[in-house]
Amino acid sequence: MTDFIKLEVVTPAKSIVKEEAEIVMAPGVLGEFGVLKGHTPFLTTLRTGVLHYTDSSGAEKKVFVSGGFAEALPDKVTVLAEIAEKSEDIDLEAAKTDAEQARKTIDSEDVEGPELDAAKAALELAQGKINAVESGE
Amino acid sequence: MATLKDVQNKIQAVKKTKQITKAMNMVAASRLRGAQQNMDSFRPYADKFAEVLGSLAEKSGDDANPLLVPKEEVKKVHIILCTSDRGLCGGFNANLTAVAANFVNDTKDNGLEITFTCYGKKGRDFCRNTGYDIEEEILGVMGNEVDFARASETSKKIVEGFLDDTYDEVYVVLSEFISMAKQIPTLKQVLPIPPIETKEESTIGDDFNYLPEHICEPSTEGLFADMLPRNVSVQIHRALLETNTSEHAARMMAMDNATQACNDMLENLTLAYNKARQTAITAELMDIVGGAEALKG
Repeated sequence: MTDFIKLEVVTPAKSIVKEEAEIVMAPGVLGEFGVLKGHTPFLTTLRTGVLHYTDSSGAEKKVFVSGGFAEALPDKVTVLAEIAEKSEDIDLEAAKTDAEQARKTIDSEDVEGPELDAAKAALELAQGKINAVESGE
Repeated sequence: MATLKDVQNKIQAVKKTKQITKAMNMVAASRLRGAQQNMDSFRPYADKFAEVLGSLAEKSGDDANPLLVPKEEVKKVHIILCTSDRGLCGGFNANLTAVAANFVNDTKDNGLEITFTCYGKKGRDFCRNTGYDIEEEILGVMGNEVDFARASETSKKIVEGFLDDTYDEVYVVLSEFISMAKQIPTLKQVLPIPPIETKEESTIGDDFNYLPEHICEPSTEGLFADMLPRNVSVQIHRALLETNTSEHAARMMAMDNATQACNDMLENLTLAYNKARQTAITAELMDIVGGAEALKG
């Protein structure tokens, strides 16, 4: 019998995930880390990336997260993210269009400063979503 | 003396008005529910955030980050004024702008340079009319979807402004949502970030010593530096959500009162109408009786 750890992913708009997980893998700022039940208290900021976890039935699930931090306690992982989306909820086509558009903006020469930064951020976001859907398929 | 027709017209007019106020009341009620839901779903995030931030602050000390340190000389003040886009919500906007105006009047003598970011049309109009310096106006957000990205943008701007000395202090004027019947317009300091409350009673188990034994990545200071600007976004987002909810509540109350007033007016008018009609009938009867008497000779 495996011990489960509570996983909660919360964004300002709503709670995305709230369930029991066997293992949680999250993209920490200093590298990916995994959390099992009984983890040492741990606090880190997150990169934009994909959070994996195995739920109580053993199925692997993925959540795209961006801009936030995670707190691990012995029996609970809380992820506070500005943007989070379950991989099954992501609109892949929309993300691809976004990425394409952002790339175009970056490639065109006359864009600079804040606009360029915005485009780069948009690309990272879209790419992250695409990865969340496509990785491991 | 109003004629019968006049009174009738008036009654029709008031009835129409009542229909509108009643409809607006119901719309406000349903929007209020949505706004309250938004507020409720933001709460877990905000609570957790405050909890972690509080314990980090305890660990890092009061001047660990430039965002926490008050400027020695305060010259340039920025106010984020949250109001609604639309009127017909009683004294809601007037109360909010009054708070801002009071602040400006109180500090007028100190030679402060005060600039505004206006959320909502009403606040924008107020600033224009009074001649306050508007730096940015954001319309079409209040009363609709208030999203976190919007708040982040504003907070990014003011955090940058604070760091490069464009602003020395930043305040937000919001309407705190206490209950359906009570909303309090408030002025809150955003930057420098007021001392963060550190909770003594931990919400996690009794003998579990919070954070001191947390491993922090990249470092406590690094985490803190990352979270403080986010905290500003959280504050602003909360201000927007609360003001938004308050707006709908205020409108609901105002429209409820208006409907009530319409009812009172209708009652009075109907009475006047009936009286006028009765007078007319009496007069007619008198005529007929008079005529009959005359014929009898």
